[in-house]
Amino acid sequence: MLKLSWSYLMAKPWNTGLNILLLALGLSIITVLILIQDQFENKMNRDASGIDLVIGAKGSPLQLVLSSVYHIDFPTGNIPLEEAGKLSKNRLIKNTIPLGLGDNYQGYRIVGTNHDYLELYGAEFETGEAWRLPFEVVLGQVAAQKLDLKVGDTFVGSHGIASASHEHDEHPYVVVGVLEARGNVVDQLILTSVESVWLSHDEEHDHDKMEQEVSKTGLPEARDEEARELTTLLVQYRNPIAAVQLPRFVNSRTALQAASPSFEISRLFELLGVGISLIQGLALVIVSIAALGIFIALYNSLKERKYHLAVMRAIGASRGQLFVLIVMEGLLLTFMGAVSGLLIGHFFLLVLVMVNEQGLMSGLTAFVFLSSEWWILGYALAVGIIASLIPAWNAYRTDIATQLTK
Amino acid sequence: MIAATSIQFAYNKEQPFFIPDFEIKGGEAVLVLGKSGSGKTTLLNILGGLLAPQQGEVRINGISLYSMKGNTLDKFRGKNIGIVFQKPHILSPLTVEENVALPRFFVNKPSDGMVDRILSELGIFDKKNAGIHTLSEGEAQRVSIARALVNEPKIILADEPTASLDDENAKIVVNLLKEQAKKLNASLLIVTHDQRIKDEIETRITLTRKGL
Repeated sequence: MLKLSWSYLMAKPWNTGLNILLLALGLSIITVLILIQDQFENKMNRDASGIDLVIGAKGSPLQLVLSSVYHIDFPTGNIPLEEAGKLSKNRLIKNTIPLGLGDNYQGYRIVGTNHDYLELYGAEFETGEAWRLPFEVVLGQVAAQKLDLKVGDTFVGSHGIASASHEHDEHPYVVVGVLEARGNVVDQLILTSVESVWLSHDEEHDHDKMEQEVSKTGLPEARDEEARELTTLLVQYRNPIAAVQLPRFVNSRTALQAASPSFEISRLFELLGVGISLIQGLALVIVSIAALGIFIALYNSLKERKYHLAVMRAIGASRGQLFVLIVMEGLLLTFMGAVSGLLIGHFFLLVLVMVNEQGLMSGLTAFVFLSSEWWILGYALAVGIIASLIPAWNAYRTDIATQLTK
Repeated sequence: MIAATSIQFAYNKEQPFFIPDFEIKGGEAVLVLGKSGSGKTTLLNILGGLLAPQQGEVRINGISLYSMKGNTLDKFRGKNIGIVFQKPHILSPLTVEENVALPRFFVNKPSDGMVDRILSELGIFDKKNAGIHTLSEGEAQRVSIARALVNEPKIILADEPTASLDDENAKIVVNLLKEQAKKLNASLLIVTHDQRIKDEIETRITLTRKGL
């Protein structure tokens, strides 16, 4: 029966191909949205895990979170080390991790921080060890692979966090460790001490400072007369009350800004949600048009095939067999459309990730099959059955004698 | 054997057709002659289980055809009645072999080499994998005959099987039908108004609107 249905579909390859393509397009959009939504939410939650609050310069709170937690936007500015130091002693704070941003190497961000940052993301070393001295760096797995760097290699960073920035030609960084892939934001980063970031921007270079061990936990010490700055502080609360009191305190009583990653990300998803719903609506319209197309194709082909169906009945086919034959054609069309749609969707995501490997899409993969994709297949087959029911019923009711007499 | 008794059929409020009682034994051939509108095709449809008469009975090997309904009648028709149409009406998306194998598929019979055998006997084995559009009219009608015979039916009904054929092919087709009917011990009934073949079969029924 499958072969018979297939033969009839292949008798009109253009019609069949067009219906499959239309359905595939609609379903591919839904597939991409499902893949991105699922992975993006997981990735965002994973990267923000363990960070209760981000404190930085005043500006957009979302920008502060995106730049300091996800490393996908520009920082709002810097904050004085002294003020950060005072704040970190607040009784509501359990721990703070300082971040010093501002440099990159070929688009991969150089993040000045301490060893607590490695611990926060459960980073483990594939080779080498954590930095001890200024200008020693540890690379995330993706950064190491894309930059083709290994332990012992050196490179010169550039100012700014975009790839087209000018180089700090006098301060080569040396790679002392490469991290294992963790599937989080650390994979994309070049990690070093805050002191390295400070020293790379100093106009005069004191070689003694290059030999002094950097701080491994807590805030770094200024060790000189310079007014040192940090970009942000990642904060962990001491207790649940801190979630209520600390952000309010920082925002109203200091010149700094506090932003909660979980709150800002929920807000971001809400904003994106409108767009996602619109695209989903568009995809559903396309799928509905495809379903209508399949219905019209089957209905029209039935008109042309009435004599064939009557002949089939005359040579022994039952009404049920003709009904199944037409439903099978609808199912075959939608099955091929759904499989093509899933493949196109995954391919489309692969292209998106490839062209945006350091941005928002980094860490997403096209090589994953979500359980919700089975639903796409299921819905498509349901569309096939619904679209073929009326034509199949007409085939079921074919009056053999009347058709053969025509 | 097929037997028709007291058959009457009318389309809507039109004057009914009166079909004479007759009986065709296995291996026998009968020609049904009549002008257009005399009820030839209606008779064939009634005998083929495609159109239930308002009165009367059709029995095939003692079984009353219209005592069966739905799937039972469909399967009975598929297994016991082979129908050859005026035009071959071969299903164009399928090859010759697939067309001939279709009746066996519909009644869940395995091919068992029957398709090859019937194609060889009808001289079209070399066309087995051919597409329908490559066949001549004579070849297409042979495919249609092969399809009607592939389930080794007890009854063979042919509706104007020579109408679109030239003299030579018309003769070949009628002889093929006669040969196969004899071989299968099947009752053969050919409905026609083709004067070229009236001498090929001796037993004749002539239909008029008022009956025999």
